[in-house]
Amino acid sequence: MPFYYDFEQPIESLDEDVEKLKQQQAAGQDVRERLDKLEARLLEKKREVYANLTSWQRVQLARHPMRPGALQILPHLLDDFLELHGDRQFRDDPAVVTGLGRLGGKTLLVAAQAKGKGTQETLRRNFGMAHPEGYRKALRIFETASRLGCPILTIVDTPGAYPGLAAEERGQAEAIARNLLEMSDLGAPILTVIISEGGSGGALGLAVADRIYMLENAIYSVISPEGCAAILWKDAARAPEAAGALKLTADELLKMGLIDGIIPEPLGGAHRDVIQSANEIRRTLELALADVLQAPVDELCRRRRKRFRTIGT
Amino acid sequence: MAWFKKHQYTIIKNVSKPPAIQAGPEGAKWESCPNCKELILQETLIKNLRVCHHCAYHMRLSADERIQVLVDAGAFEPMFMDIRPANPLGFPGYGDKLSGDASAREAIVTGVGKLGGMETAMGVMEFGFMGGSMGTVVGERVARTFEYAAEKSLPVLMVTSSGGARMQEGIFSLMQMAKTSAAVAGYRRACRRPYVSLLCDPTTGGTTASFAMLGDVLIGESGALIGFAGPRVIEQTIRQKLPAGFQRAEFLLEHGFLDMVLPRKDVRPTLIKIFSWL
Repeated sequence: MPFYYDFEQPIESLDEDVEKLKQQQAAGQDVRERLDKLEARLLEKKREVYANLTSWQRVQLARHPMRPGALQILPHLLDDFLELHGDRQFRDDPAVVTGLGRLGGKTLLVAAQAKGKGTQETLRRNFGMAHPEGYRKALRIFETASRLGCPILTIVDTPGAYPGLAAEERGQAEAIARNLLEMSDLGAPILTVIISEGGSGGALGLAVADRIYMLENAIYSVISPEGCAAILWKDAARAPEAAGALKLTADELLKMGLIDGIIPEPLGGAHRDVIQSANEIRRTLELALADVLQAPVDELCRRRRKRFRTIGT
Repeated sequence: MAWFKKHQYTIIKNVSKPPAIQAGPEGAKWESCPNCKELILQETLIKNLRVCHHCAYHMRLSADERIQVLVDAGAFEPMFMDIRPANPLGFPGYGDKLSGDASAREAIVTGVGKLGGMETAMGVMEFGFMGGSMGTVVGERVARTFEYAAEKSLPVLMVTSSGGARMQEGIFSLMQMAKTSAAVAGYRRACRRPYVSLLCDPTTGGTTASFAMLGDVLIGESGALIGFAGPRVIEQTIRQKLPAGFQRAEFLLEHGFLDMVLPRKDVRPTLIKIFSWL
C-alpha cells in the first residue's frame, strides 16, 4: 500500500487516477492521450509540492514508512558484499551491518545502520538503534580497514543510539566516545552517507569522516524535533516548529558547512525509486573515493581533525 | 536479497566417533553418519565433501582431505615439515608416540597453496595426530608460516582443529600460545595482507586462545565446536548441563566472535573472494 502524508494529498489523488488509467490501458482501452495529460499534470503537481518542503515535511519524508534503508540500498549501490559479523566481545548487533563491499573494482569496509523492513526484521534490528556492541563492531571493522589500507564507507540511518538498560550497562557512551576518538585519527579514508535519520551521538558514532553526504530529504540533528520541543517547550506537539529551529535539513547543513554535499533523490523521495537513489549515491561516492584516495593518509587524518576542530566558535 | 539471508542452523549432537565403513553388494562402500546414523554411499559422501546429505553433519577432515577440498588441484607445496618433535620434559610414554610416519606430519601441515590462483601461506591442523594438540612443533611451524608470509607479502590461511595445548610438553606447549600470537602480531606489523582463520570441529583450549582467534576474518565451519574449556570440563566444574548448541559455531556467531559461519561447500569460494578483495 502506498503511503501519503497530508501535504501529499493532491499527489495521492492524481497517482490514483493515473493508476486507474494504466489499468484501463492494460485492458486494451485507448486512453493514451488522457494518460499523457494526467501524467504531465502529476509531474507538475509533484514539482510544486516538493519544491518548497518545510523542515517538518522533510522530517516526515526522512521517516517515510516506505523509505529505503541501508539493506535496500546497498545491493544496488555495491557490486558485491560479504557480511562480517560480531564485535568479538559480546554479541553481533543486527542494528549495524558490517562487511566487505566492492565498488568499481575497489574494496571498501562498510558499516551501515540498518532499520530493517517488516515487523519481525525491524524488531530484530531494533529500529536501527545500536547497542554498544554495534559501535564496537564498526570500530573493529574500521581498524581492519586501516590495517589493510582499505577505504571505509558508513551509512547512517538511526533515530539514535539505543537508550536501554543493557546498553548503559555495557557502556553506550564509552562505545560512542571511543569511536569518535579512533575515527578522528584512523589511517584510512572515511566516507559517510546519511540516508534518512542522523540521530545525535548515535549517528555521529559512525560519521567522523573525510566526506559527509546527505540524501536530499535526510535529516541530521542533535535531538529529534519531538524531543527538543518536549524539553524546551514542554510540548512534543510543537515538533514541527522545533524541526525548523534545529536547522536539521540537508540544505541547511550544507549552508553551514557541516556536510560536503547533497545527493539528489527522485521527485517525491527516495522510496519512489530505490535503484535511482542508489545510483545517485554511487555516482557521488565514486567521485569522492577517487578524490580521497589521492591524498596521503596522514594528510587526510590531519584535515579530518582540522575539519572538526574548526566547527563552532 | 540473498546477501543478508539468515543462516539455517542445523542441530548437531555431540559426536566424536569416526564413521564406520561397511562393504555393500558389488563392492560399493557405505559409511554411516556419526550424527544421524544414516548410511551414505562413499562416493556421494566424497562428492559432498564429507557432509552428510541427510542431517548436514560436517564430518572431520584430515589435513590432506582439507587441502584437497580447499586448495587448487595439485597446488600445495609443504614447508617447514622438517621440524620434528622432541620430548622436552621426558614425559612418560610420550616418546613412543613420536616415532613412525605420523609423527613426521605432526598435528599441522604447513606450506604454500594456491586458492583461485592466488598464492597463500597456510597451515592445516591434523586432528588425527594426538587430537591436533599444539606442542612445540605446531607452534614453530605456525610461527614460520607467518614469518614466511610476511617476507613474501602473502595472505595467510590457518585451518584449525585442535584439542588445545599438548599436555605432554607441559609449559613448553603453553608458551606456543605466546609464540604463535606474537607471530601474528609480527605479520600484522610487516604487511598489509589479510589473515583468515577457519575454525573447524573441534577448536578448543590454547589453540582457540591464541592464533585461531586472531584472524582479520574468522570463519567457523557449520556446527563446529569452538571454545576455550571443552564442554565436559565446564559441565564437571559448574555441575550443570550445558544448553543445546552451546559452543557451536552458530552460538559464537550470535555472541559476536565469528565473522561468519559457512557450510563446507561455501568455504573455498568465500576464501577466494576475501583474498582477491583484500
